[in-house]
Amino acid sequence: MGHDTSYTNQEFKVVGTRVKRPDGIDKVTGRARYGADAYAPGQLVGLFLRSPHAHARIKKIDTSRAEKLKGVKAIVTSADLPDLTDGNRGLLDILENCMARDRALYDGHAVAAVAAIDRQTAKKALKLIKVTYQVLPHVTDVDEAMKPDAPIVQDYVFTSGVDPKPTKPSNVSQINEFGHGDVDKGFAEADVIVEKSYKTEQTHQGYIEPHACLASVSPDGSGELWVTTQGHFGFRITCAQLLGMDMAKLKVTASEIGGGFGGKTHVWVEPVALALSRKANRPVKVVMDRDEVFKATGPTCSTSVDVKIGAKKDGTITAASAVLRYQNGAFPAIWGMLGAMTSFACYDLKNVKSVGYDVLCNRPKVAAYRAPSAPMAAFGVESTMDLVAEKIGMNPVDFRIKNAAKEGTLASYGPTYGPIGIGPTLDAVKNHPHMRARLGKNQGRGMACGFWFNFGGQTCTDLNIGIDGSVTLTVGTVDVGGSRASLCLIAAEELGIPYEQVKANVADTASLGHNDMTEGSRGTFSSGMATIFAAREAIEVMRSRAADMWEIPLDDVIWKDGQAKAVGKKHGNLPTLSLKEIAAKSPGTGGPIAGHSEVVADNAGVSFASHICDVEVDPETGATKVIRYTVVQDAGKAIHPDYVEGQFQGGAAQGIGWALNEEYIYGDDGRLQNAGFLDYRIPVCSDLPFIDTKILEIPNPTHPYGVRGVGETSIVPPLAAIGNAVSNAVGVRMDHIPMSPPRILKALEERNS
Amino acid sequence: MAGVLVSTTINGDAVDFACPQDETLLDSLRDRVGLTGVKEGCGTGDCGACSITLDGRLVCSCLVLGVEANGREITTIEGMADGNKLHPLQENFITHAALQCGICTPGFLVAAKVLLDRNPNPTEEEIRYALAGNLCRCTGYDKIVRAVQAAAKEMRKRK
Repeated sequence: MGHDTSYTNQEFKVVGTRVKRPDGIDKVTGRARYGADAYAPGQLVGLFLRSPHAHARIKKIDTSRAEKLKGVKAIVTSADLPDLTDGNRGLLDILENCMARDRALYDGHAVAAVAAIDRQTAKKALKLIKVTYQVLPHVTDVDEAMKPDAPIVQDYVFTSGVDPKPTKPSNVSQINEFGHGDVDKGFAEADVIVEKSYKTEQTHQGYIEPHACLASVSPDGSGELWVTTQGHFGFRITCAQLLGMDMAKLKVTASEIGGGFGGKTHVWVEPVALALSRKANRPVKVVMDRDEVFKATGPTCSTSVDVKIGAKKDGTITAASAVLRYQNGAFPAIWGMLGAMTSFACYDLKNVKSVGYDVLCNRPKVAAYRAPSAPMAAFGVESTMDLVAEKIGMNPVDFRIKNAAKEGTLASYGPTYGPIGIGPTLDAVKNHPHMRARLGKNQGRGMACGFWFNFGGQTCTDLNIGIDGSVTLTVGTVDVGGSRASLCLIAAEELGIPYEQVKANVADTASLGHNDMTEGSRGTFSSGMATIFAAREAIEVMRSRAADMWEIPLDDVIWKDGQAKAVGKKHGNLPTLSLKEIAAKSPGTGGPIAGHSEVVADNAGVSFASHICDVEVDPETGATKVIRYTVVQDAGKAIHPDYVEGQFQGGAAQGIGWALNEEYIYGDDGRLQNAGFLDYRIPVCSDLPFIDTKILEIPNPTHPYGVRGVGETSIVPPLAAIGNAVSNAVGVRMDHIPMSPPRILKALEERNS
Repeated sequence: MAGVLVSTTINGDAVDFACPQDETLLDSLRDRVGLTGVKEGCGTGDCGACSITLDGRLVCSCLVLGVEANGREITTIEGMADGNKLHPLQENFITHAALQCGICTPGFLVAAKVLLDRNPNPTEEEIRYALAGNLCRCTGYDKIVRAVQAAAKEMRKRK
């Protein structure tokens, strides 16, 4: 059924208020159930054996001694996970990542799994499994991996996007180019040109809840999976395909999720947990350790980026180009392509070109991490923007304002923008009191802009009205940060009833049609849109019931403020019928009252943010402290402002950690040296100041309320904003993220020598 | 499993459980006593999600053995509310939107209560350092600190 998604500029009664979230009490009392909080009768404990090598041929796996250990109920290797992918190489990659086949491709790659009656027994069994490896040469650095003599990670990968088609395998899986105009001509017209190279190290999403699931497969081929995930419908598809199960017979229930940020959009241990359960004929619970999370789930890319920007003395950019090399881990992906697409999206450029390389390394398969690929591209571009501004003697904010994209701009990645928020965020930065706060000794200020596409996607929602007039909203998008509150607000707004009268639930895969993952900042955007349409369908049912009860034509009934009203001279004296009254009569007027909506929520509405950051750098230790931070972002329409601010602050904090401390450190042996929260240090409470936020609302023309996704863009500007601030504080251009104390001290030493 | 019988008081109730000698108190509380409000984020004492008090002292239950709890008093998040009445910290975490995913929330609440029991009027800096052993990846801590400040103010008024 088609629905009009156009923005209507309606007045809101409850949308935009700061109500209490419906899952709040469960979460402050310990009652909320996350991935590891489910138990089943007879459940076993599942543990994984993982490769200690970055790259090795698996010559033999001997499980015979482990199998004989009392209490061991199943052992699974790749032999138990036959290739059912029917030539779908992407699907086979997922299977191979879950369990190594003939080669271990990174430190931590799973090679076997055990299900036993308890943890102690499972641990003993892992020690009894003997794997014979032939260690192979490895590569973990993106630039090294592109060299002609680099060890090849996947010999089926031939670079796509080059002509003629290569004849030899390569670690570069694809090359993608975006842009328009003639950059050579543009650079020739420039008064100044700045060209600079940058590196960023690999970071992890760092969700506090490790991956966890409880899998149960019956001999009849049906199964259940309780799992922490950003998308249980997607998990169902992948698991069913990999294990040869009927999708309808695999019920996947999303637990409460303890953070995902993109990392829980992929399966890791889940297909193996199902395979263990199938083999043992018992439920199997798998909970990853933190070091497994670091080594064997999907961090984001490390990158190497070259940026060149040319401008006239008046500040007009004449040309911009970038080459972006993104390390994807051991399996081909699209992260370099996304980096190239996002790199110059903030600006209105006549001549622009960006080329993205996707590169394989012997590191874990990269997964999405909040606006994936955009922060690293923005670090290169926004650092270079500051350098150009400095060279032409222009204020960096004014320089960006002069070149900012606007409605009608042809974006560097292809589309033409509708109404967008980059200009307004920059104006807000220019006028923000933060920009006038006084800086002290060893302090510096920086700002930067960021862009993210946002995504809509497949969404299916039910709305049922009980005979007491309470409303059950059933959604299929996992609530990662308070979306149930926002969706209840939207349902209440449409129906004209109090927020407290609506209860939102996240349904399992057996109870609702397909919903795409909660990714691309789509949760509130797309399920919000589906909720609006489901509520409007329910209103149509209630109008019709009221018309029948009054015995008047349907056209003479309107819905206003939660009530059916008869209009027209003939019926003006009829008393209104409230939602509650219509619901109470529903068993006798046609049965249950419900609304339903399936949508592909297209045109999610691009998102822009500008951040300001002040830092203080200790010249003795090289340690940097963020002393002030301001986020300005366009939300389209903030449904629940608290949780919009929360997204802004959370993204900024993750960006601060990435900019200053967080990095995967690999030894020459290709092993990850800091797979724990002690040595991979994410920001703690005492590291950060209050993070100031300013919500702008430039309506998305293709959402009835004007909503844009808000979850991801806030992580895009911080690397560059902090990079610019640190560079201004120390007087040296920082070009390598994270700007950890050793790197800052080295930069200071080089300046002084 | 060579189990050891452990007798404890948990949230005011006498509780006995049997556990292997090498099992963490975190695992005992979750898997044997059913207190799954105590969360595991790291298992190495770095994230604070498993924070409890042991004889009134704030500890990471992943760094304590189950057998060490014998004869001692434990409080967990499940014991923080007074019946149906939420503790002011719990109430303020909800009203200040101090949680997003909520996995770290039990640990933060337990740690914040230990702070406010000791220091009813902490500065922002004291709050930040008292909670520095608890990792949150969603909020940037802003609304957590504000919730603790608001709860402290409310608790001072009540006294």
